[in-house]
Amino acid sequence: MASLVGSRVERKEDKRFLTGKGRYTSDINLANQTYAIFVRSPHARAQIKKLDISKAQKSSGVVSILTGSEIAEDKIGGLIAGWAIRSEDGTEMKCPANPPLAKDIVNFVGDPVAVVIAESLEEAKAAAEKVSVDYKVLKAVTSTADAMNGDTIHEGIDKNLCFDWLLGDRQKVKEAFEKADKVISIDIINNRLIPNAMEPRACLADYNSASEEITLYTTSQNPHLSRLIMSAFGNVSPEHKLRVVAPDVGGGFGSKINVYNEDIVCSWAAKKINRAIKWVAERSESFLTDIHGRDHVTHAELAVSNDGKFLGFKNETIANLGAYARVFGTVTPTYLFGPCATGVYEIPAAYSNVKAVFTNTAPVDAYRGAGRPEATYTIERLVEKASMELGIDKTELRVKNFPTSFPFKQTLVHTVDSGDYVAGMEKAKQMADYSGFEARRKDSASKGKLRGIGVSSYFEACGIAPSAAVMSLGCGVGLWESAEVRFNPTGQVTVYTGSHSHGQSHQTTFAQIAADELGVPIENIDIVHGDTDKGTFGMGTYGSRSLTVGGIAIVNACKKIVEKGKRVTAKMLEASPEDVEFKDGEFIVAKSNKKKTIGEIAFACYLPGVRDEMKSPLPEGEEPGLKETAFFDPSNFSFPAGTHIAEVEIDPETGEVKLEKYTACDDFGRIINPMIVEGQVHGGLAQGIGQALYENAEYDETGQLMTGSYMDYTMPRADNFPEFNIGYTCTHATTNPLGVKGCGEAGAIAAPPTVMNAVIDALGGQEITMPATAEKVWKACKNLKKSNSKAA
Amino acid sequence: MKDFNYHSAKDSKEASKLSSSNSAFLAGGMTTIPSMKLGLASYKDLIDIKNIKKLSGIKVSGKSVTIGATTKHVEVANSKEVKKAIPSLANLAEGIGDPQVRNRGTIGGSVANNDPSADYPSACIALNATIHTSDRKIEASKFFKGMFETALKKGELIEAIEFQIPEKSSYQKHPNPASRYAVVGVYVAKHKKDVNVAVTGAKPCVYNDKDLSKALSNSFSSTSIQNMELDSSDMNSDIHASAEYRASLVVTQAKKAVDAC
Repeated sequence: MASLVGSRVERKEDKRFLTGKGRYTSDINLANQTYAIFVRSPHARAQIKKLDISKAQKSSGVVSILTGSEIAEDKIGGLIAGWAIRSEDGTEMKCPANPPLAKDIVNFVGDPVAVVIAESLEEAKAAAEKVSVDYKVLKAVTSTADAMNGDTIHEGIDKNLCFDWLLGDRQKVKEAFEKADKVISIDIINNRLIPNAMEPRACLADYNSASEEITLYTTSQNPHLSRLIMSAFGNVSPEHKLRVVAPDVGGGFGSKINVYNEDIVCSWAAKKINRAIKWVAERSESFLTDIHGRDHVTHAELAVSNDGKFLGFKNETIANLGAYARVFGTVTPTYLFGPCATGVYEIPAAYSNVKAVFTNTAPVDAYRGAGRPEATYTIERLVEKASMELGIDKTELRVKNFPTSFPFKQTLVHTVDSGDYVAGMEKAKQMADYSGFEARRKDSASKGKLRGIGVSSYFEACGIAPSAAVMSLGCGVGLWESAEVRFNPTGQVTVYTGSHSHGQSHQTTFAQIAADELGVPIENIDIVHGDTDKGTFGMGTYGSRSLTVGGIAIVNACKKIVEKGKRVTAKMLEASPEDVEFKDGEFIVAKSNKKKTIGEIAFACYLPGVRDEMKSPLPEGEEPGLKETAFFDPSNFSFPAGTHIAEVEIDPETGEVKLEKYTACDDFGRIINPMIVEGQVHGGLAQGIGQALYENAEYDETGQLMTGSYMDYTMPRADNFPEFNIGYTCTHATTNPLGVKGCGEAGAIAAPPTVMNAVIDALGGQEITMPATAEKVWKACKNLKKSNSKAA
Repeated sequence: MKDFNYHSAKDSKEASKLSSSNSAFLAGGMTTIPSMKLGLASYKDLIDIKNIKKLSGIKVSGKSVTIGATTKHVEVANSKEVKKAIPSLANLAEGIGDPQVRNRGTIGGSVANNDPSADYPSACIALNATIHTSDRKIEASKFFKGMFETALKKGELIEAIEFQIPEKSSYQKHPNPASRYAVVGVYVAKHKKDVNVAVTGAKPCVYNDKDLSKALSNSFSSTSIQNMELDSSDMNSDIHASAEYRASLVVTQAKKAVDAC
């Protein structure tokens, strides 16, 4: 049987999605369900003086209106930060309470203050308009850079500072800088982004008063984790009385990791009114209340020698957490950011210092890449600038500082198990025709256009786990993954996974793995996920962890199946288990022609005994059935890496930037399904290029979101991209049996610096901030014209 | 969305009769419906004019192209007659919104709404259009009064728009990357006697740029306006483009249009 791992198996989920048979949360309707509308703060910061629901209660169809007071009375817990971060001075981080419905004070536009539950959506909307809230508007804090100088948002949190964190050795860095020939410094802004999953958030909470169980259908990337948080911290229900189902989910990008206000409120309220409650976000609610991403202000310095060796690195960052700290809010700008900021380079001394601040804006949390795009942007913009200032070719300078051997002990935290960065660079240069660039630049110049080329090399720590490591860094849970592999008596296989697919194609990739491990045709393998009542536990999908953690749990469960199959075969064929080999779905007794198929063994396991021709005695002490569970907790993160090269052409008259070429050469270890990996790379690139050229979440000084719809928030579209030139190098991860590394975030990590380096190269080194909009580029072109005419 | 009464008028007369101080005509509904859904507008009566056959269709004579008010953008974009008589007008229609909008949106709706960044008003100005209404004929230069404001009176319905066929013309726009509306759109039309340079997006209302028109009337080439710098003091400024940038884009797009003529 040919191996499926490595082949472009067509997606098993496509038929369902392409024929409209997907089943998303908002497709689910329950008898007698009610509809929820949330009353939200129109102010970024205000005291609630009075909340009057009397008029709204009389509105037609209203079932119930609940506010922060009832939440407090019922002792329903607030939303939480999942990671505890300590400041440099040893103090614990300071986080405000974040009740699911604000009671006394609102802290961002969209902060919910009440929920109106009615017989129909229209009636809920009409009644919500009649809820009268008397606000005393307070001065909002919205700027990341100035947040520490603003009014105190949360009582007891001085300077709006959650923590002031340090990773690295300031003294060693100081010494390194003293020895340097040159210091390259840079001030950058990592622009705030809105994730914009295609499916807006939604939930449907149902309560069964007889079994006292709550079932919550919700748009989640991690149903088990959501259940744990809602039980342990939300006090919504004991864990065994709460079932969380995340059916088909239309994209997450990190924005659906969090348990949100609406999940908690609807679950709690469904029990209170003893009826199902449905809530579906409108797109404008998504803009306002989904977690946002990025939003860093950074000053960074690189100490170099004249011959281009990197000696030291400093990173001083202010990270905006928004109004509250959420599940991955505090780890994203620290352990997911700081260690990766030294990039793919051997730098003897480094530190990352991050001040995380609260502002009156939507909470900021993990968005595709989470911390690693910010890290890569920091170091790769610095290295590009160093190449310009040192006059050393940008690719040579990088290679000069790449590690020459693996494992590579990176300056801060990580030990990278495998990689070959030089090979990646060489291949990327070839793919991009790097050496032919000057001719293309001349060609563009002859048409009055400015052409630039940008490079970036990245690595990322993903496959977020291992538990021991993440817990030592402050994580509130262990980040293992589990799987259960279950044979039917007639030989088909169901794989239950704790990972969640919301676009990642697990149904196909995981089935490929199981098909190879078990020698069962892929048609006979089903992947089940997304329901806490089905299968074992799971920590969910984010940080490119599904394959490297969840996939390996499946492999290990399959291996247990095979081990049992060997024992059963041995008994049936009167051989010793050590003499039984397993290959392509057959258990073969060595040096004989005796064998059993895995289907026969499955059948035997469910019919243990001897009758007529059927002879399937199980070994003594062996349990009947064929079902195995495995938990996998890897020994390390996985470390994909690569080099990307972009070329842009700028029209100096309008400032429009056209991305002419984009080359991505990545090392994702072993690739299970190249077609799916390409899809992941394309999607990541679209979002990364979006950050560089188009996307920007902008608040005004009063905290109103200026980019709250697609009229004003630029989502990139297909016509903004060239055909991506994608290639790979491959070094296997040594920390898992498949040798796989994560691939979901690479594009979003590498593209922003790659594209910006190209734009800035075209602009003669002039710094501009992301996104490189036409107007910003036009202004820079005017400066360029002025300085050129002066030079002439 | 608040409740409203829906009427389908059989002719213009009935449509006008049904209208009141709290009504709106409904053609493609590309602006009216979203405004109502967002709660920005509410009406007691919506008077659907899509079923009035007389209001739809394209007629071309030797001197003009007349397009019925409820003619959809896609019909203008695909019309062989329009493509032959005024190719730039078909191009403009093809560049409005997205396929969904072009399959629903109408020329009359666009002109009556007079959005500061809509495309069609610039065509009206550049092509010396006459707006035929249920009551009268209005010259385009007197029709567009200000932001979302026109010379239309309450109950007055646009029936058709008659465009003068120019010697040559072109419409060029710099789209907002988010909405794809025109940040600035410039419609240059060279007529026998003069040149119109109609600008949309730059100011609160579409206008004919006198300086550019004059320069191009003297010499119809992009070099004649190459170094012109426009006064940006009354131009729009928002998160997408400053007034200064818009002023520069007007010249750039005008040059592109002249070169494309």
